Amino acid sequence: MFRMNVPSMIQAQRLSCPAPQAGATLSEVFPEPGAEAAAAGFVLAQLGPGTAPVLWIQDRLVQRETGRPFLPGLGLQRSLMLMQLSRPVDMMVAVEEGLRCKALAAVIVEIRGNPTAVSFTAMKRLALRTEASGVACWLIRQAATADLSAARDRWRIATLPSAPNSDDPHAPGDPRWRVELIRSRDRRPGAWVARHERGTKNRVDLVAAFPDGALAEDAGAVGQRVAR
Amino acid sequence: MQERSGNALPDDLPQALSVEGTHGPVIHAVNRMAQMAGVTTGARVADMRALCPELRVDHADCDGDRAALERLALWARRWCPWTVAEGGTDGDCGLILDTTGSDHLWGGEAEMLAQMEADLSMLGLSSRLALAPTWGAAWALARFGPVRAICSDTACLPVAALRLDGETVLLLNRLGLRTVGQLADLPRLSLARRFARAAPTRTPLTRLDQMSGHLPEPVSPPEAPPVFRADARLAEPIFDPTHHLPDLCAALCDQLARTHQGARRLRLTVYRTDGEVSRIEAACALPSRDPAHLAFLFRDRLEKIDPGFGFDLISVEAPVTEALGTQQADLAGRTDAGLELSQLVDRLTARFGRNVLIQLQPAASHIPERAEARVAPLTEAPVIRPVQAERPQRLLDHPEEVHVLYAVPEGPPAQFQWRRRSYRVARYQGPERIAPEWWHDKPGTRLRDYFKIEDEAGHRFWLYREGLQGDGRGGIPRWFLHGVFD
Repeated sequence: MFRMNVPSMIQAQRLSCPAPQAGATLSEVFPEPGAEAAAAGFVLAQLGPGTAPVLWIQDRLVQRETGRPFLPGLGLQRSLMLMQLSRPVDMMVAVEEGLRCKALAAVIVEIRGNPTAVSFTAMKRLALRTEASGVACWLIRQAATADLSAARDRWRIATLPSAPNSDDPHAPGDPRWRVELIRSRDRRPGAWVARHERGTKNRVDLVAAFPDGALAEDAGAVGQRVAR
Repeated sequence: MQERSGNALPDDLPQALSVEGTHGPVIHAVNRMAQMAGVTTGARVADMRALCPELRVDHADCDGDRAALERLALWARRWCPWTVAEGGTDGDCGLILDTTGSDHLWGGEAEMLAQMEADLSMLGLSSRLALAPTWGAAWALARFGPVRAICSDTACLPVAALRLDGETVLLLNRLGLRTVGQLADLPRLSLARRFARAAPTRTPLTRLDQMSGHLPEPVSPPEAPPVFRADARLAEPIFDPTHHLPDLCAALCDQLARTHQGARRLRLTVYRTDGEVSRIEAACALPSRDPAHLAFLFRDRLEKIDPGFGFDLISVEAPVTEALGTQQADLAGRTDAGLELSQLVDRLTARFGRNVLIQLQPAASHIPERAEARVAPLTEAPVIRPVQAERPQRLLDHPEEVHVLYAVPEGPPAQFQWRRRSYRVARYQGPERIAPEWWHDKPGTRLRDYFKIEDEAGHRFWLYREGLQGDGRGGIPRWFLHGVFD
């Protein structure tokens, strides 16, 4: 089903990156195994410009399995407050505390599996609080199944072979991901090939994954949910 | 003052503290055993080690001693209201108490001195006490007089008892003047002329006058730090202190606002009717006197107190405060972002403990695991030139060894196994050689050659080979996975 595409052939479609204060919502990202770093990079690229700090809450298991954010590689303009907790209940409390503080740019949570603390009710609370305070909340659900949830946007992300490196043909270039919006309240679901340009621009270009735009048209009206 | 809490050695081992002198470390203070072995204050550590090979030498913490002495001076106000810590950086420190009019409360002067010695020994401090009409005489008797001397004769004391510096004492001794009495018998005019060049407060004549009381030397104690504390005394015992907390915090904040202070530490103490006392402590990242915020810091922690038969006294105090001016909200009624952030840090720290929340900060090092420092939140980041080479977005806490399935002579392995899954390298970039930091690392630490590799499915890893073949620092170089690119 999935094909690599030539960017000149297809109609390039760039998702509007909403400013974090304007349309801040609760979003979930489900990385494929091995794409945990890609999910974090995608989330950080979605935050947009600014110098407001980020609260990053990590499960201890996540940290042991997939590492911790590494500042020299991220190249952020903002400061990063890292919190490492071991109980999912504590994590949800900490997220809620973080969402009260309007000075934050976003709260990013990395949690592993499907613990009972991350229930539909808990997610609903987070979603309401996010929309009340205007601080974006991103949940990166590692090794989890996409069960019932109140998240406004749900993404799935996988790694793709990187773009050609202009300096060295044998070296990996800009990272590329396959990004899929599987459920959204106010956007049309779809699948894209994302190319992350790091450095001064630090932006993610999203190019429709299907050259004929079949999915985009078949997906129906805005607001329809695609269950996978 | 010589022993630091926690690591005091037994008294029967010779021990000394040292400070840095002009020609290497010199002895600052000794214990009794070292004194008996012949170790003298002011001598060089190397010489004293030759004299007493089993001497144990530690570095002296002069600033800490000074701070402890000032706390002790406040503690000593139980005997009289005028206490002052005297002595400078030279280590010859002591306490001066103006006990005029307060000795009868302790049953006389001799009983008061005995009581003081007993109380100080309860703190683990040995003391030498003396009572005299003037500061100078008390200083001299405490150091050179008999035990617990009360208004003894000072004429037979050596001239060093006059609080003179070493050169002046040496000169007086060379002139044949050994005791205070001999010095006092000299004509004042010739004594003044002989020491005309010395600083006027430190001449033997001034010191003699101060000792005899001809020159006044009053004791002017420093102000004790104010105590910020709000109490609620209850007629009937209660089981839940939550409802009293907002009022107590408001009263505390009123006290703080009067002196333009903000609380950095808070302590809630509840006294049970059966005499049990429990405490809860909280801390603020920035000084604060917002009653709602201070009350919030205790919110979920009151449940952990065992109420027993109820509480009848609740008190909130701020042991550590900092200056905080009055603040104005802007016209829209918003407060600034820094304040909100610090309140978030307080809430998270109060709930989850101090070490859970950290801020990541770049540090000046080429070794990847040292290029990132963990500091307390809300710390200003230092300006550090970032590394130009590409770094992964995630770093494993400990590099994990990979099992090389198919090695090639140049570059990274063509195929390797990590966490029981095998990866085939499609593209790679590198090597980037990072040499060990010889000023930190153990000798024999091997260099690392880092490669950014990508497999066919697009997983991008940061691998390194530790060491080189035949570098004389171990066997065959091993491969490790250290980070993941996004």
